Amino acid sequence: MDIEKRNKLWALIVTGALILISLIYIKANIYFLYLVVYIWFGVAYGMMLQYGRFCFASASRDLFAAGVPRMAVGILIALIFFSLIQAALASTDMSTFHPAPFGIHMLIAGCVFGVGMVLAGGCASGSLYKVGEGNMTSLLAVVVGLCLGQAVFVDLGGVFNKLLPQSWIDGAHQTQAAVLAGRGLEMPVNTWFDHYLVGYIWKQPTYTVAGLLADNPHHPTTANIFLGNAVINSIIPALLILGIIYWFYPRKVHKTRVIKEKGSFSIGDNFAGIWKMITASKRTSMMGILVGITAGLHILTIAGMQKRFAVKSSNFGELLLRMGYDKDVTPKGTVFDPGYWYITSQEGQVGAWILEKFGWDMHDNMFFGWVNGIPELWRNPALWMSLGIIFGAMIMALLQKEFKVKFPSTELMVWGISGGLLMGMGSRPSLGCNIGGFFIRAAGGDPNGWVYGTGMVLGAFVGVKFFNWWTERQMAKEMADFDIDL
Amino acid sequence: MGVKFEKKEEGKYMLDVCGFVCPHPQIYTKKSLEKVNSGDVIDVVFDNPSSGETIIQMCEAAGHEIMEQKQDAGKLVYVIKKA
Repeated sequence: MDIEKRNKLWALIVTGALILISLIYIKANIYFLYLVVYIWFGVAYGMMLQYGRFCFASASRDLFAAGVPRMAVGILIALIFFSLIQAALASTDMSTFHPAPFGIHMLIAGCVFGVGMVLAGGCASGSLYKVGEGNMTSLLAVVVGLCLGQAVFVDLGGVFNKLLPQSWIDGAHQTQAAVLAGRGLEMPVNTWFDHYLVGYIWKQPTYTVAGLLADNPHHPTTANIFLGNAVINSIIPALLILGIIYWFYPRKVHKTRVIKEKGSFSIGDNFAGIWKMITASKRTSMMGILVGITAGLHILTIAGMQKRFAVKSSNFGELLLRMGYDKDVTPKGTVFDPGYWYITSQEGQVGAWILEKFGWDMHDNMFFGWVNGIPELWRNPALWMSLGIIFGAMIMALLQKEFKVKFPSTELMVWGISGGLLMGMGSRPSLGCNIGGFFIRAAGGDPNGWVYGTGMVLGAFVGVKFFNWWTERQMAKEMADFDIDL
Repeated sequence: MGVKFEKKEEGKYMLDVCGFVCPHPQIYTKKSLEKVNSGDVIDVVFDNPSSGETIIQMCEAAGHEIMEQKQDAGKLVYVIKKA
């Protein structure tokens, strides 16, 4: 059988397996339709990410390392479309989005994540789709960094607690006492992350621009939402960044060519240049539009499911409890269920699930024990989204004859593991990665998204500087025998 | 398994970055093109599909000509002539 036929057959097998799994879930219990929705939105993301080579690491990295704005443009287009859909959903009370605690922690975490994504060769979503292409370096980054590394990171205590500010420790214990008073629940505050989360993060304010514009921040009007969240927080910054990128990167080449052709360069030629930059990679820009729309539809569908099954808490844990899976949820009956496109927390849950099989108690910290739970893997909604991304990318890579299992060299193993660990550590303090920390928040009207995004770009700049130095060194060795000016 | 840069004949080179993920293929391609002379040709061999789109745009911006693009069993070869 030739490769093309074999690839198509495998794409068919993977698709068939996902359909079969979906049918089994629905047959087992109609509430599992919730998981099936996550699976297929994951598949859609995976196919689009792979086809558009859509990677947030690539956005700043290719700009700094190669002067190519393709991916930054694609992301900004996706952001503009997604922000409009998010605004429409928020206006009609069909949005699952919620802003995150604001603070300097977003910038610091973004920097760490930015360095990590450059080293690993892909952001959190990018690494998942590359696993679907058969890339084992990305698999290492996901398993060792995002899964195991992240789980261990939030469970460190002992000596690490001694490094914390006293205000976090006092704040954590006060909040713990207040939350537990009279409720008969067990709320673990043991690790460094517990104190950070309860003693610092929970005390930080949350904002949306719509809320800041509104008379009542909790009930912004439709005009507040569209103007504040979509126009001010998303569209204007995205257009400004597009302009800045054009000015510093493709403008020079474009201007030279235009002057060569017609002898002058006008303001209109600048707009033509911006349009040329946007359409330079049609597949990335088209996927940007589709990703933005799909992310909006995802929110709408999950909100619809919650209304359909009368999920008052907006959390899948309520359905797990109805089905009798008490051990999957936290003492307050919840499980990690973002309600929109999100990566990293579910990978942390996988890491915790694995470590518990080896006897490590992962329920004794706030992150897993109180906030997110550690459900069985096959009942973890967000995990199915991540698996959907991997399999969706695999289907697309097979159909495009781009699937190939690639095992890493020792060098790539080092980059993959160290990058994955940094991504895991950079996504936890911000409660999100390039998707949950930046993309969803920036499009949802939360200024935090831009703080995290700025951190990511700064971190990526450092990572690129390092790789430039490294590759220069490697090339010098390879070219030493040739008559080439080094 | 590491980066391989070989001289095939006068003015013709081969850069093999198979096994490397982003950003290595595009950075090695950029650096190789910076090192060789104008008019020299480099066969860039890689198997990370995401790098392809960036290499194309990088060449477009710098004026390098991509003379040929081949794809076989997950391996890609771009034949690039330096401007």
